[in-house]
Amino acid sequence: MAYTLLGKDFTPPDIRAKVTGEAKYAEDFRVDGMVFARLLTSPMPHARVRSIDASEALAMHGVIGILTADDVPAKASPQQTILTNEPVFVGDPILAVAAESETIAQDAIDKIKIDFELLPFCVDPLESLYPGGPNARTEGNSVTLNFGQPIPPEVNEKKWTARDFAAVEEGHLPTGEPTVQWEYGDLDTGFEDAALVLEESFVVASNSHHSMEPRSALSYWENGKCHVFGSLQSQSFAMNTLSGLIGIPPEDIVFVAEFCGGGFGSKGNPYPSMVIPAHFSKKINRPVMLRISRAEEYYLGHARSGFQGRTKIGFREDGKVTSIDLYLVQENGSATGFPDINGFSEGASLVYTPEAMRLRGIFVSTNTPPRLAQRGPGQNQMAVTFEPLMDRAAKELSIDRLAIRQINAPTGDALVGAGREPVTSAHPREALAKGAEQFNWVERVKNDGQRNGSKVRSVAVATAFHPAGFNGFDGLVVITPDGKLNVHTGVGNLGTYSYASTSRVAAEVLKYDWENCVIHRGDSRKHLPFNIGQFGSNTSFTMTRTNFVAATDAMDKIKEIAAMDMGGDPEDYDIGEEKVFSISDPTQSMTYAEVAQRAIELGGKYSGIEGPEDINPITKGGLAGIAGTGLVGVAKDKLEKHGLVPAFCAGFIDIELDTETGKYEILDYLGVVDCGTVLHPQSLATQIKGGAVMGFGMAATEKLVYDPQSGLPANVGLYQAKPPSYLDVPSTMGWAAVDEPDPQNPVGAKGVGEPVMGGGAASLICAISNALDGHYFMRNPITPDMIVNAAAGRPQSYKPLQVNNQ
Amino acid sequence: MSRDMMPHFELIQPSDMDNAFEVLERYGEGAWKLAGGQDSYDWFKDRVKRPQAVVDLNGIEELKGIRETPEGVEIGALTTLAEIAESDLITGSFSLLAQAASRVASPQIRNVGTIGGNVCQDARCWYYRAGMDCYRAGGNTCYADTPEGMNREHCIYGADRCVAVSPSDTAPVLVALDASMVIRNSARERIVAAQDFFIGPDVNIERMTVLEPGEILTAIRIPSTWAGSTFYFEKVADRNVWDFPLVNIAAAIKMSGNTIEDIRIACAGVECVPRRLTVVEDVVRGSSRDEETADLAASSAARGAIPLNFNHFKIPLLENLVRRAIRDS
Repeated sequence: MAYTLLGKDFTPPDIRAKVTGEAKYAEDFRVDGMVFARLLTSPMPHARVRSIDASEALAMHGVIGILTADDVPAKASPQQTILTNEPVFVGDPILAVAAESETIAQDAIDKIKIDFELLPFCVDPLESLYPGGPNARTEGNSVTLNFGQPIPPEVNEKKWTARDFAAVEEGHLPTGEPTVQWEYGDLDTGFEDAALVLEESFVVASNSHHSMEPRSALSYWENGKCHVFGSLQSQSFAMNTLSGLIGIPPEDIVFVAEFCGGGFGSKGNPYPSMVIPAHFSKKINRPVMLRISRAEEYYLGHARSGFQGRTKIGFREDGKVTSIDLYLVQENGSATGFPDINGFSEGASLVYTPEAMRLRGIFVSTNTPPRLAQRGPGQNQMAVTFEPLMDRAAKELSIDRLAIRQINAPTGDALVGAGREPVTSAHPREALAKGAEQFNWVERVKNDGQRNGSKVRSVAVATAFHPAGFNGFDGLVVITPDGKLNVHTGVGNLGTYSYASTSRVAAEVLKYDWENCVIHRGDSRKHLPFNIGQFGSNTSFTMTRTNFVAATDAMDKIKEIAAMDMGGDPEDYDIGEEKVFSISDPTQSMTYAEVAQRAIELGGKYSGIEGPEDINPITKGGLAGIAGTGLVGVAKDKLEKHGLVPAFCAGFIDIELDTETGKYEILDYLGVVDCGTVLHPQSLATQIKGGAVMGFGMAATEKLVYDPQSGLPANVGLYQAKPPSYLDVPSTMGWAAVDEPDPQNPVGAKGVGEPVMGGGAASLICAISNALDGHYFMRNPITPDMIVNAAAGRPQSYKPLQVNNQ
Repeated sequence: MSRDMMPHFELIQPSDMDNAFEVLERYGEGAWKLAGGQDSYDWFKDRVKRPQAVVDLNGIEELKGIRETPEGVEIGALTTLAEIAESDLITGSFSLLAQAASRVASPQIRNVGTIGGNVCQDARCWYYRAGMDCYRAGGNTCYADTPEGMNREHCIYGADRCVAVSPSDTAPVLVALDASMVIRNSARERIVAAQDFFIGPDVNIERMTVLEPGEILTAIRIPSTWAGSTFYFEKVADRNVWDFPLVNIAAAIKMSGNTIEDIRIACAGVECVPRRLTVVEDVVRGSSRDEETADLAASSAARGAIPLNFNHFKIPLLENLVRRAIRDS
């Protein structure tokens, strides 16, 4: 379908502020009487605070007050606390001090004496599962997340038997009793029928989110309302969580989150440190700014879950996967965590479409940062694990590496996971085919393995997946008497500009000139509808639907008013050039400005005085704020959606690896996506390339490192945690999209933010392995030391299945 | 574990050397000499090092600049790494140093980081940097040299209670070029060979150079002996920007036809000091430059290395870098 606005590049309205520095992030705000808070965080991985002596600190000039765990709502284990007297990781906040300046606050913290009792701790799940092994939390080591359910998470003690450990050879994952499991199909028959069965244990490293904007927050109370300025991927979706964390109703919270300097999943929903200023401000009756430092961001800014796993995969002669048996031990960090196991296992069931599959898994706590979703949570760990196994199978079965992915790739009739959930559309085969053509796969693989001295050329391909859309949220637009279209959007602003590209759907429906549209967002006082946040690659799918239904509602009302004023029925009218006109006599028309004025006069549903019953209370609040200001379009998204919305990325890579140094150069990268209709080519290109860069880090440079003796983290600075630098990535990268509309989205759109990372990560892992003549490390990241050891035929330094190691 | 908060400190900015020495004498061991600040600021912000006074040397003009001398080149200690990387004098005669300087950290850091600071920088052992009470910090243990310690970046030579390495990219170059370090205090000037400037834990576990509290490294002199030689520099780090070397290598070679007439070769990342590979020099000196010589050099490069748990890879990596220095220079 041809669109006027969709699929075209445009300048999102917040770019200028970002480029000029006018954009105000949470820590840029200043308020009269504001004081600064600093955190005292735990130096120990697990401890009990026996006593706190802050007398000397509180006596210092310029110190305003102290906030301890006794001043904030408690959280039941294993939920992450706001402040705690039982820290469960190094860097866990114990208390905060407020002072006239940050330096004074820190000087005061340096004078606080805490008597700690060190408690048992662990940084390796398998160590914790061993009989008698340490528990990361006093209550146990195994978390039941109850994700998405109205019941809180639980933590219990779970130990495997010594026999479980003794029964496997060293280097293989023991498979003791799981806490989650599902199965479909006939697993055994699949393996019996297989021409090739691969069985491997593996390790996937945890890594940090490295959000460029640390999660600073400012709060103050005014006229009974708590004002929160935060760094978040969400806006309206945050209100209920903030309400719970602060302990007041959502309508008593003003939340400002206009800009977010990166979150990658770690700022999806309000997090405990965000409300420390709110509680502190209430206690000392001063506005409180808490700036989180880079090191603190590494402590409490969350991380991706790592895995210790084992899998058995059966392949037919032609490369088709028959059965997958998967065991996952999720390194779940110190708090509730995130169900990466689900993403990993369901991802495998969709990307390789096995006829039978079994998952067994367990979430194990460690005294390391709380885990949260990171771009492709589970799905991208799956990609870096399974894609090299596809290469290995292709090699052993003498099949082209592209072909084995094609034969296993899902189509629109694929089913996902144990629930055998359908998908809305799936075009990874088309992405692979398009990429193969654009990358010139057939010719390039001829260079594969070419040696130039110590350098080896290696070409690889990989696929990655992530779900990409939700439904059921609300849309809200207003045409005001000045003729402007005001799109109110309650989604966050992660930095992808999709808040803007999805708002353009309302303009497209109402045939608006984009210059006459205004987006309202970033502040709960701006009358915003209830929308989900910018996470889970969902915005493009979810928000195009809400803006579509709101704009459609507005269009219906426009035509009704035209019929009222100019005679006939609404169906007799059409819209164009920001007018409604009679189809039979286009000279009979009203401008949108005139219609908006009429809507105000008519009141009722036309001006938003009345609204639908089924919209969310937050949307009702937003609607009440704009009622009477123009012609209002408001509706809940009740459009058809059956099943999971999948997005895919096929990554193609060409590298030259030096076997003497363990270094490589990425000569070329191409990402091809199945994201439905392309909404905004420039931002899609940026997503594909930026996601690949993040993936290269996951593949080759980034991991958490913990000292098992002290529980200390080694990587608490950008130079230690090592996201890729500009000379670690190719100077130019290619991109393309299948551009096949999703039938269950009114404009055919799907999200794609997450698989683009997996495509980059898995393709690089595959290319490195391929360059080493099929040395499959079965762990990531693959760092130069591992490559040098492998190339020299020397053993690796780490112990098998060891995690959080160098 | 509160980090990243700069404390108050007394900042003194002398404009000449006499003034600087006076201040250094006044504060003794409580004084901290500040050059580009790229090492110092981390220590201060993490509040691990708390000097009584910070003496900022950047106002002293005579510490800056690159000068041609009858004996070679003299580089002021406060000359930035970016200036060195781009200097015609250095790129013309001592491109080895220009190459190394251009691989330090990142452009932003090279714009303020100095050659003096680069060679005087402190150990990067992450336990030490985290403020642990290790031997180097005045304590009585080493956290890295244990059966479970995370010691991938640590030494394979010269362990003596401490297993930290020299993290400098320019230090091995200065050793390879047989540079001299000009050191002054209020009373005298002394010249120390680059090779002797750096000290291991066996000499002093709390310092990495011979610089005494009242002394300032004023300049580095590179003799013309090796000007225009055949050079080889390579740095292997996890990242290509803003990273310390896992191992780097610097070689200056005098060729006569295809014969290696003379050579000086050194590396960092394997010992607390830049390690001069004298065995390699002996092996290749007088030999023709070919695969056989390169292989012999490689096989002799890591002799005597004692790896820790996570740094075995430094042996083949060092061997490979030596091979490349002979083969590819």
